[in-house]
Amino acid sequence: MKGSLIVVGFFALGCLLGWSGYLPQVVIENDITVYVLYLLMFQVGISIGSDKKLKEILSSIRPKLLLVPLATIVGTLSFSALISLVLTKWSVFDCLAVGSGFAYYSLSSILITELKEPTLGTQLAAELGTIALIANIIREIFALLGAPLFVKYFGRLSPICAGGATTMDTTLPIITRYSGKDLVFVSIFHGILVDFTVPFFVSFFCSL
Amino acid sequence: MFTVIGIMFCGIAVGYFFRKVESLQKIGTLISYTILLLLFLLGISVGANESIVNNLTTLGWQALLIAAAGTLGSVLAAWGVYHFFFKERSQG
Repeated sequence: MKGSLIVVGFFALGCLLGWSGYLPQVVIENDITVYVLYLLMFQVGISIGSDKKLKEILSSIRPKLLLVPLATIVGTLSFSALISLVLTKWSVFDCLAVGSGFAYYSLSSILITELKEPTLGTQLAAELGTIALIANIIREIFALLGAPLFVKYFGRLSPICAGGATTMDTTLPIITRYSGKDLVFVSIFHGILVDFTVPFFVSFFCSL
Repeated sequence: MFTVIGIMFCGIAVGYFFRKVESLQKIGTLISYTILLLLFLLGISVGANESIVNNLTTLGWQALLIAAAGTLGSVLAAWGVYHFFFKERSQG
């Protein structure tokens, strides 16, 4: 939770600075975000490739466990598609791109802002990116606060599916507490797998 | 789209090749800083954008709807998977 507050804090700081108008026009016009994004993706790749537990995790996968991340993906995407019927401003693929952030708010919002710019234009792309940021932060908060409720009504796997890509770090303690310690490994495996899918799904739906 | 994923795969290859290098294990910290920098930059472009600032409530509501839909969908699917595939094992 502390981590998410720092992230929101930095975003808010940037907002205030941009809004204040103190920044020289050069900074706003020359967008370096895309290069920083490339740097981030390279680093994310390095962290995956150099992970010493990668082989262990890959080899201990039982086919049945794949059903958990599958439930997360199918459930999230189908309901994100449905909600586009209410949000008439955005296409079904826009809603899917936001939904497929799976609570990984930082990466999904950045990807959407950058990748949607060519088709939606700078204005709408920035709006959708902001929606993605807020929506995926809210989802993490839901997962953190709702875990006891989810277990009660939807079974022990539901806090894991609600947590999306965060179930191997930020929401792991809550999940262990309410779903049971025996699901720790399922939770970590689920988080890593869903985390992997975020860049693929987001960029896929942005390209449609 | 392909640039972003392509760069990530380059990173995976580099990371795998240099996986013995101890300092690479600390890449997570570096990632957090890059994310902070990116969100700061994103914040600047959002804050400098008058139309977003004026519509923050509307955007927030839309975000809440998508978040609620995604969460509800995933817990429903979780219930299905638990009910049909996991229940007997966990009770044992």
